[in-house]
Parts: sequence; C-alpha cells; structure tokens
Amino acid sequence: MAVYVQFLIDVLSLGSLYALMALGLVIVYGILKLVNFAYGELIMVAGYSLFLLGGTPLPWLVMAAIAVLMAIGAGIATEYAAFRPVRSKSVTAVLITSFAFSTLLQNAALLFISPRARTVPLPDIFSDTVVLGGATIPLRNILTIVAAAIMLAIFSFIMKKTVLGLAMRAAATKFTMARMLGIPANLVITSAFALSGLLAGVVSLFWLGRIGSVVPGIGLEPLLVAFIATVIGGMRSLQGAVVGGFLLALIVTTFNYSLPPELLKFRDAFTFSLVILILLWRPDGLIKGPATGQRT
Amino acid sequence: MLEIEGIELRYGAVKAVRDVSLRMEQGELVTLLGANGAGKSSTLKSIAGVLKPARGTIRLDGQDISGLSPEQLVRRGVAMVPETRDVFPDLTVEENLQLGAFCRRRDTRGVAASRERMFDLFPLLAERTRQPAGTLSGGQQQQLVIARAMMSDPRLLLLDEPSLGLAPVIVDRIFEMIVELRQSGVTILLVEQNATKALKISDRSYVLSLGRVAASGTSDDIAARSDLKSIYLG
Repeated sequence: MAVYVQFLIDVLSLGSLYALMALGLVIVYGILKLVNFAYGELIMVAGYSLFLLGGTPLPWLVMAAIAVLMAIGAGIATEYAAFRPVRSKSVTAVLITSFAFSTLLQNAALLFISPRARTVPLPDIFSDTVVLGGATIPLRNILTIVAAAIMLAIFSFIMKKTVLGLAMRAAATKFTMARMLGIPANLVITSAFALSGLLAGVVSLFWLGRIGSVVPGIGLEPLLVAFIATVIGGMRSLQGAVVGGFLLALIVTTFNYSLPPELLKFRDAFTFSLVILILLWRPDGLIKGPATGQRT
Repeated sequence: MLEIEGIELRYGAVKAVRDVSLRMEQGELVTLLGANGAGKSSTLKSIAGVLKPARGTIRLDGQDISGLSPEQLVRRGVAMVPETRDVFPDLTVEENLQLGAFCRRRDTRGVAASRERMFDLFPLLAERTRQPAGTLSGGQQQQLVIARAMMSDPRLLLLDEPSLGLAPVIVDRIFEMIVELRQSGVTILLVEQNATKALKISDRSYVLSLGRVAASGTSDDIAARSDLKSIYLG
C-alpha cells in the first residue's frame, strides 16, 4: 500500500512539473510554429533571482513572486530580443537567435555570478514530510501537485474564458485570419511569451526545491523534458502537452521503481526507447489538435 | 471610397498582379471576375493589408493605406473573408463571432446588437452557438466567416469566392445574404467564379486577366459582352 501511494505521489508531482513546462513550450510553438530554445533559461533566471534575493530579509513568498515575475520578464525579453526582429524574415534565423539568446543568458550567469552551484533560499515547509497511507512523503511533492492544479485551472480559465485567451487559441490555428479580424499579432505573441514565462517561473520554484541550488546550465534538462513531453503529447495541442508531461513522468518513475540498481544509470536510454516506440505508433503525438499548416 | 492605382503585387519573383486600378463608391457592390491566376484574390489581400504592393497605391477615403497591417485596416472598417473559409475550428460558433468583434469588444451593446443582427440573417448559426466551428458543414462555415467579418461592423467587406465548393442550393442562399448585407449599407467587393450570379447582383464589374484589368463597366454591360466570357470563364 505504502509503496503505491509513494509511487502515485511521485508520478503526480513529477508529472505536474513536466506538464507545466511542456505547456509553456507549446503555447509559443502553437502560435509561432517555432520552438523557443531559450525557454530553459527562464528557469535559470528565476533561480538566480531567488539566489540574489536570498540575502534580503524579505519573506520567501515575496522572493518567489519576484522570481516568477523575473521569469515572465525574461520570457517577454526573449520575444523582443530573439524573435521579433527576425520573426517575419526566416525560420532558420529565429532558430539561431533563440539559441544565441539562451547562450547569452547562460554566459551572463557564468560571468557575473559563478559557474559553481549556488544555493537558493527555500522555505522550511519544503523539507517537511507527511505520512500518507503508511508512506513518508516530502511535503513539497504535495505542494507541487497543488500548485500545478491551481496553475492548470488558471491557465485553462485564461485560454477558455478570456478574449485574450481565445485570441491566442485562434492565432494558434489561423494566424493571418486572426490578424484580419483585428487581433494584433504582437499582442498575442507577447502574451504567449509572458504566459510561458509564468509557467516556467512557477515550475522553477519546485524544480529548485528538489535540487536546492542553481547552476548556469540548469535550463537544459527542463527544456529537454518539456520538448519530449510535447512531442509525445502532440505539438499542436495544449491538452497534449499536459498528457505528455504526465505520461513521461509515469515512464520515468516506473523505471526508477522497477529497474535493478545496476541498470538504473541507463534509465534515460530506456525512457527514450519507449518514447521512440510511442512515436512510431503515433507519429503526430497522442493528441492531434486542430490542423494547422501555415507558419507565420 | 476605395481607390486602387496601378498596383503591382508579387510573391517573391512571381508577379500575381501587374497593373490593376479600380475605384469603388460608398454603398456599391462591385465584382472582380477573371480566370484562375488572374490576380483577383491577390488584389483583395492587398486591400486587407495581407499583401504589400510592390508599386502603386491603395487609398481608403483619400488616405494611403498601402503600408498598413491587417489589424490596423480592420480598425479602419475593412473586413476580409478569405476563400480558405478560415473558421477557428476548435472554438465554438459563439467564440468565433466574439473574436470577429475583437477591436470593438468594449462596445458591449453594439456588439450584442451586431450579434442579434447576424443571428437574424444567419438563423442556422443561432441554433449552433455552442458547437465547435470545425464541426459545421461547408455552407455553415461560409455563413460563419461572413457573419464573423460583419461583427467588426465594417464599411467595406471583401468577399473572396464565397460560393466555392458549395451545393447549388446553398450558393443561392449565400448570394441572397450578400444582397441583404448590401441593402444594410455595407460596400462590398466580391470575387467570384460564379460569374453569371455575381453579375446579376452587382452594380459594376472589373474583369482581370493575367494581372491587368481587361475590361470594366456596369455589370449589365459586362454580361452583355460575349467577347469577355472567354476571359472570365477561363
């Protein structure tokens, strides 16, 4: 019993992070049909913001809020610096500029802060545990699940009930048509980047909560995870991103629990093999989403 | 109201329109005829701001609009219905209409009035407000995109091939709706393959051929000239 509870909580908490991360990637991809490779650095920006705020007497929640705001700001900055100037010219150019912006942010952290890991302040509640169904569970895993549920609810409210959310969904399927109805392209795109920053910012709090410190290259793993989750779930569908995130967490956690210790270091190889099998079976991902052809 | 002077439109190296000039007065219904590739759709796109002219000017009420973006043109009262019948498939009929009124969304009373008017004109849509637009039939989607364009309360409506691929009965209904819209005071520029019907309901027509204006005049005159038929029937 205890092991099942533990397994379930592990899958849900890891899946929550993967799903939020994937959503942030897909919301930009849906509109621009481009992967934002500087997305992982939003986690880094939030992480270093927390580290820099660590010496101040501010309550942790305020620090966390500022860190999330910094991630949103960095998301919007990505759009202005890497996407807007070259967006209409060439797809390859945007690919390069988003990589360049990612490298720029990482090197700024290397140069101005340190290549070594820096500890971020975390609230005591993150290291508490609770006993649930006989299993001892870190409280931060429960908090992760709750926070993700709240974020998903907010996100789905924005996308379904607000005009801006409708405009973003419309632009994700027919971008030019949306503009012909008077929906400003720049507003929609900047909002998508801001939302992806919000998601990455919230993820970063719990991601850092697991490892306790921030390094310049911290963004790579979450970016990779989000990318794989969206590919499994379907690049064009917001639901797909969430499904893909939880599925990837299920796969990873299952291997963590079932592989013998000597094989555990090959866990990623097993995970990716399974991902390849899923893609052979459903090349478009699990959820197809509305058909869209045009790139903008 | 609308004056186009010697525009040239190109897709990369390919010239879609070489030299087209046309004018429209307030309240007119004008048809653009021509074979496939004559440059009709490109001309409409340039008025809607989707395609920038390489040469020539487009003026709306005397002001040059050739450099404006699609979203700026909607605010100036230009609404475009593209031939690709672009409904937002995963949004409901209601949400599609709501986005049509995007630039006047704060005028809630005006938007509600437009919505009622569109439901009167297109009663089929009123029954399906909560249905995703992607599940509508072709004819219903065509009605939805016209209604959605009208939600911005435009003065100039650009209709690109509204009868394309629809059953004859529905084509008749679409043409009736165009006449009704015109009676409500909207200026309409119509691109149509269905020349006979388009000539019947419009005031004036332009016939395009290979990116140039081959003939223009009242629709009755154009319909009477048998030498033009080979041009616009393709």
